[in-house]
Amino acid sequence: METSETKPGRFGCWGGRYVPELLVPPLVELEAAFESARTDTQFQVELNELLRDYAGRPTPLTRCRNLVAQTPARIYLKREDLLHGGAHKTNQVLAQALLAKRMGKRRIIAETGAGQHGVATALAGALMKIPVRVYMGVRDCERQQPNVFRMELLGAEVVAVENGSGTLKDAINEALRDWASSYADTHYLLGTAAGPHPFPTLVREFQRVIGREARAQILECEGRLPDVAVACVGGGSNAIGLFADFIDDESVRLVGAEPGGEGVETGRHGATISAGSPGILHGACTHVMQNNDGQILESYSISAGLDYPGVGPEHVYLAELGRAEYVPVKDAAALDAFQALSREEGIIPALESAHALAWALEEARRVKRETVILVGLSGRGDKDLTHVRGLLGGVKP
Amino acid sequence: MTRRYRECFAALSRSGRGAFIPFTVLGFPDPRSCIGHLELLAAQADALELGMPFSDPVADGPTLQRAGAEALAAGTTVRRGFDLCAGLRRGHPDLPIGLLVYANLVVRRGVDAFYTAAAKAGVDSVLVADVPSEEGEPFAAAARRAGISPVFIAPPNAPGAALERIARLGDGYTYVLTRSGVTGAEQGAGRAVREWLQALARRGAAPPVLGFGISNPEQVAGGIAAGAAGVISGSAVVTRLRELEAGELGISAMQDWLRSMRDATLATGDEVAPGRSCVRQ
Repeated sequence: METSETKPGRFGCWGGRYVPELLVPPLVELEAAFESARTDTQFQVELNELLRDYAGRPTPLTRCRNLVAQTPARIYLKREDLLHGGAHKTNQVLAQALLAKRMGKRRIIAETGAGQHGVATALAGALMKIPVRVYMGVRDCERQQPNVFRMELLGAEVVAVENGSGTLKDAINEALRDWASSYADTHYLLGTAAGPHPFPTLVREFQRVIGREARAQILECEGRLPDVAVACVGGGSNAIGLFADFIDDESVRLVGAEPGGEGVETGRHGATISAGSPGILHGACTHVMQNNDGQILESYSISAGLDYPGVGPEHVYLAELGRAEYVPVKDAAALDAFQALSREEGIIPALESAHALAWALEEARRVKRETVILVGLSGRGDKDLTHVRGLLGGVKP
Repeated sequence: MTRRYRECFAALSRSGRGAFIPFTVLGFPDPRSCIGHLELLAAQADALELGMPFSDPVADGPTLQRAGAEALAAGTTVRRGFDLCAGLRRGHPDLPIGLLVYANLVVRRGVDAFYTAAAKAGVDSVLVADVPSEEGEPFAAAARRAGISPVFIAPPNAPGAALERIARLGDGYTYVLTRSGVTGAEQGAGRAVREWLQALARRGAAPPVLGFGISNPEQVAGGIAAGAAGVISGSAVVTRLRELEAGELGISAMQDWLRSMRDATLATGDEVAPGRSCVRQ
């Protein structure tokens, strides 16, 4: 199974292209550009050069030396935190920026939640000399001030979106509205494996490099495949990137760590696969958080990057097939893992990635026999320092 | 096509007029005030288009987004929205009532259940703003099973294949978006609109109704002159309803404005396309 797409844009009954008719032609144009680029050697060469010389691929695979020393488990971290920009986002942003140029677009718009995708888009725009406008919920702007400044420093225009809850979903709404009047010369550079076709497929293919490298690296270190691969899931781009090359390896358990917030029973969470229900949001048939009428609810997570009431449709399909499992991880566990990795291994992870690590730490304590766990460390924690410092009430002794 | 749209367009065609279709958001600014608004609009309308408020209305501009958010904040549920439609229907047995919704409200209730509830509330047509024709088959089929006309949007960038599908799946009317809006003064724009409407008519699409950026009588007249069977005015109506609520606009001024919009649908001179059939055979 190269991919779990059952027909273009569909993963079982999930996915599709639920957008106003006006947005269908630009999505079809993007799909065609993507398909032709995939088989274009020159495009691949250019992208691979950028990934290597500009972004710093391949990223290392690091075995944790101290964290789980007392258990029969070995944890390996796929270090997307070391990628230029500070997170895995840069992989697919560089690819989409090249696509934008290929389509002759003169402007790029993007949405961002935590600001990581916005920063990646801003740096790609600076590099390729394409003006960038980033939509960001007004509440997220407040939570992630350093990233707002980063984007502006990189030359992007940041628009604070005041509608709705002032978070990621509202930023996506606003970007879609912009695109409806600007598609002729503007590319919408969506940041995750959600949204209308072709985005879930396109983002998966441009993030696949995470799992492809990790698979080869772990085979070299361990001489075998991992027992489990785990990644955090908000929209799901780093998780699908890590999973994609392991889907055919049936012995490898795939786990998505969803934002459990204060616990799914409280309603204060973003665990859309574990605790949401089928719906249509931002162009895809997927799982969403909603009330009985179908009004979308606000999600909640300690990490802004996972704070989204929808999820990429391929994840819902993988869950339905039983090929991947999705588990809510609470704020508190993520915060513990955030500190543990900092102290034990000298690596400060993003709060998003800390969700995946938290699951891995629990699993390491659970297992009775030798177990190799691969963790997608999707980003670094610099952006979270102020937030975490506030939560911890200063540095502990 | 439901009887009401058919009779409405046929009668208008006989009198050389187009349909004036005001739009508002169900439950805006609150369900109780909305009842009065609906009556006010219905008195000067050939048909009404009503939006069911949704938390994430990606196809709406700022005016309608704000109205929807206020309706939701005032406790408008889907059931309450249908109740408002049913109330309107009781007083206006022949008025075509169109509903504009977003897909998640439809699939959450169950596609068939949603259309059945709409029919029961007296709704004639349903337009799902984020369901393009390529995803439209199951929605259109469920609509027809319930006796509802499925309405699709024909945007200016739709390729021929999409127009074919819109013509085949759509019923009641076709919601036409134009590239540059319609102003009577802009001859070029009027010509582009006319060609676009002809492309739809050639494919046998339901009567074309212009639904974007119509905010004054000149634009209404321009749209009808270009060959539209009617016009929908949304943001301009909601803006005035808001002014009415705030006491910035008197009720008689509001009525006068609505009347001026409706009067502008009377096509004049040789721009009328005689014998233009508004009724889909």
